[in-house]
Amino acid sequence: MEFRQHLTVVLRINGLDRQMRVDARTTLLDLLREHLALTGTKKGCNFGECGACTVHLNGRRVNSCLVLAASADGAEVTTIEGLAAAGKLHPVQQAFIDHDAFQCGFCTPGQVMSTVALIREGHTRSEAEIREWMSGNLCRCSSYPQIVAAVEAAIRVKEG
Amino acid sequence: MDSFAYGRASGIEDALAEGSGPNTVFLAGGTELLNWLRLGIAKPERVIDLTQLTGLAEIARLPGGGLRIGALARLNDVALNDDVARGYPVLSQAILKSASAQLRNLATIGGNPFQKTRCGYFRAEEALPCNKRNPGSGCSALNGINDRHAIFGWNESCVATQPSDPATALVALDAIFVTVHREGERRIEATDFHILPGDTPHIENALRHGELIVGIELPAAAPHSAYLKLRERESYEYAVVSAAVALDLEGERISRARIALGSVALKPWRLTEAEHSLVGVSANDNAAIRKIIEGSFGEAKALTHSAYKITLAKNAAVRAVRLAARASP
Repeated sequence: MEFRQHLTVVLRINGLDRQMRVDARTTLLDLLREHLALTGTKKGCNFGECGACTVHLNGRRVNSCLVLAASADGAEVTTIEGLAAAGKLHPVQQAFIDHDAFQCGFCTPGQVMSTVALIREGHTRSEAEIREWMSGNLCRCSSYPQIVAAVEAAIRVKEG
Repeated sequence: MDSFAYGRASGIEDALAEGSGPNTVFLAGGTELLNWLRLGIAKPERVIDLTQLTGLAEIARLPGGGLRIGALARLNDVALNDDVARGYPVLSQAILKSASAQLRNLATIGGNPFQKTRCGYFRAEEALPCNKRNPGSGCSALNGINDRHAIFGWNESCVATQPSDPATALVALDAIFVTVHREGERRIEATDFHILPGDTPHIENALRHGELIVGIELPAAAPHSAYLKLRERESYEYAVVSAAVALDLEGERISRARIALGSVALKPWRLTEAEHSLVGVSANDNAAIRKIIEGSFGEAKALTHSAYKITLAKNAAVRAVRLAARASP
């Protein structure tokens, strides 16, 4: 096994292959923000406690502050910048706007990424289930009722 | 975060050969390790990434009953697996009450029992007296803020608790941790994995340096089982106390009971005395169950601010017995 303090990683981010040289300590979050200027993914607590850094790693939502870039070598990553297709907002983004599901907006990229995954997972059978499976995304403005309304609206769009 | 060198294990042999080296740690889900690195709780020179190892994330039925769960299975995948959810509701519930959806997509079942205490003195960003962090420096919690701390098994060297929900369920299920090491394999009973502080609270579990959990075996299914977690908010919060219960029932009578309390000691705490006394008792006889549970707290000992946890733990255990009895296979 080779041990390295610096290494080259290749990740497919929002559909594009990106090759980068990183310090072994670099988290996926810092790689996105500092190396690729994808600052839509937010750094809130940097301890896995707030969910602001939520992205999709190989299709699953994760806290990007708790993933080493080195560990994610070869992975597919989707960030908030990768959701809108051809200039049209993703239905979840539109639902958040329609339902005023934010005030300051800092947690919103994480909330939106979490919601997209939540709907795919199917943990949306009741308001209680939505709240439980969204609990990893804190909103300090406490827009929770509006966020739940946005999630429910986005489900309806998908079903309609 | 101090710098370290990163290596990727290509196979178990590779991981074990290098894992016994000095200042070397294993990385699986990373949900604890990355925070230890940030806080300086761990200062490794080498990190071995296990996540590329294949064949360690499967959940398979064992011949003759029981399940084997690969150590690298992610928590959500374990909790939502049909065999786990149907046969071992206590484990499924304990996992789904842990952390958040995102964290459970990263964290592994084999890594989870390694999580460290949530004691604020232990996790402080600036160094405070803590025998776990710096052996011999003292315990700040002993006479400090200790309302979330132990009620069983503590001593003056350390009054912290082990916070894992899944580990508490695994202890109630009499699970086995299957480990590998350069010097051979072992099978460790879940209840023997975490160790009480003694004079060496910095030693937290029974594993040798470089030893790896590769699988967790569950004995015969425990459909009458339940996990009750009491906490200060409804979701995404550590337990104040929790109770994992698995029952065998003959009609309404309890023929076997297993009870483990979480977040009350540095290891999940079995109420062995109550387990024996509950045999033959009706699962509907709340008064008898309560009397037996309360009688099994002889060893409980409060800290300056943790006495309320004794009452809470008794109530949690009684309620969890009732929940387990009502669980339908």
